[in-house]
Amino acid sequence: MSRPPEPPVFAAPWEAQTFALVVSLHDAGLFTWGEWAQALGRHGDRMADYALWLETIEALIAERGLTSPTALEARRAAFARAAAATPHGQPILLENDPEA
Amino acid sequence: MAQDHDHPQDHDHPQDHDHPHDHHHHDHPHGSDLSPMDLRVRALESILVEKGYVDPAALDVLIETYETKVGPHNGARVVARAWVDPAFKARLLQDGSAAMRELDVGGRGGEHMVVVENTPDEHNLVVCTLCSCYPWPVLGLPPVWYKSPPYRSRAVIDPRGVLAEFGTALPAQTRIRVWDSTAELRYMVLPMRPPGTDHLDEAALAGLVTRDSMIGTGLPSSPDQGDRA
Repeated sequence: MSRPPEPPVFAAPWEAQTFALVVSLHDAGLFTWGEWAQALGRHGDRMADYALWLETIEALIAERGLTSPTALEARRAAFARAAAATPHGQPILLENDPEA
Repeated sequence: MAQDHDHPQDHDHPQDHDHPHDHHHHDHPHGSDLSPMDLRVRALESILVEKGYVDPAALDVLIETYETKVGPHNGARVVARAWVDPAFKARLLQDGSAAMRELDVGGRGGEHMVVVENTPDEHNLVVCTLCSCYPWPVLGLPPVWYKSPPYRSRAVIDPRGVLAEFGTALPAQTRIRVWDSTAELRYMVLPMRPPGTDHLDEAALAGLVTRDSMIGTGLPSSPDQGDRA
């Protein structure tokens, strides 16, 4: 009489990373879980999935003045360039960005 | 200088390659590729690490904990203990968080666990109409359907219809109570012990307790189903 295996908690690594970032920022005191639920709930008719979590945490930290949408966008571009310059299978590091 | 900790997802997550959002561009055989979501979360993380708000090692520990240690098996242990130990069950219904701590099942702090008991007269169903509040410490992270707008709205309006879609039929005279979770108050259902389980010990009983039976969308497995599994 064995339990069936539990399904994977995260469908993709970015989901796990998003979850961990949100919990860490909560633990760092940036918001309460009540504030988090309210922020997620602003999009009442949307799936409350990790894509919404990511969008919500980006907005929350911008509201708190931790970073700006512009800084995030610049960092994404840097990672995209770093990825393109990284041989497949090796860790993608920001310092591999040719424009860094 | 940029932070350069090694992302575990570069190597440790084989599902990375199966995920539909990962588009590997084989016309660039010498480079790597990151999906738009990967780029977003990496950018966010690297800025937060630089500013000292998050610790990469702590992120890895969190992920490992929720991938391997926290899950419905924790809640199943709590339910099985309540089935065999009436005094524990009384404490569980009185103060869910305190009773669960006896079994080393615990919250991250802040949220309070409330356990609601199914009876022949009353069946309980848990939802979060606002977003996806869920009893992480006992059930792990919520299934996708729990976070979907149809479940969040229809669980309240038409709980019997929702249960039917899960294949859960209740006697017509059984009332259904719906509990709307909040960030501070998390509910777990204590399902009824299935008939024909008098001979089972606590561990075998825990094997019958499904995740959905603790949300209220399902019932525990019967011992026969358990044997086949």
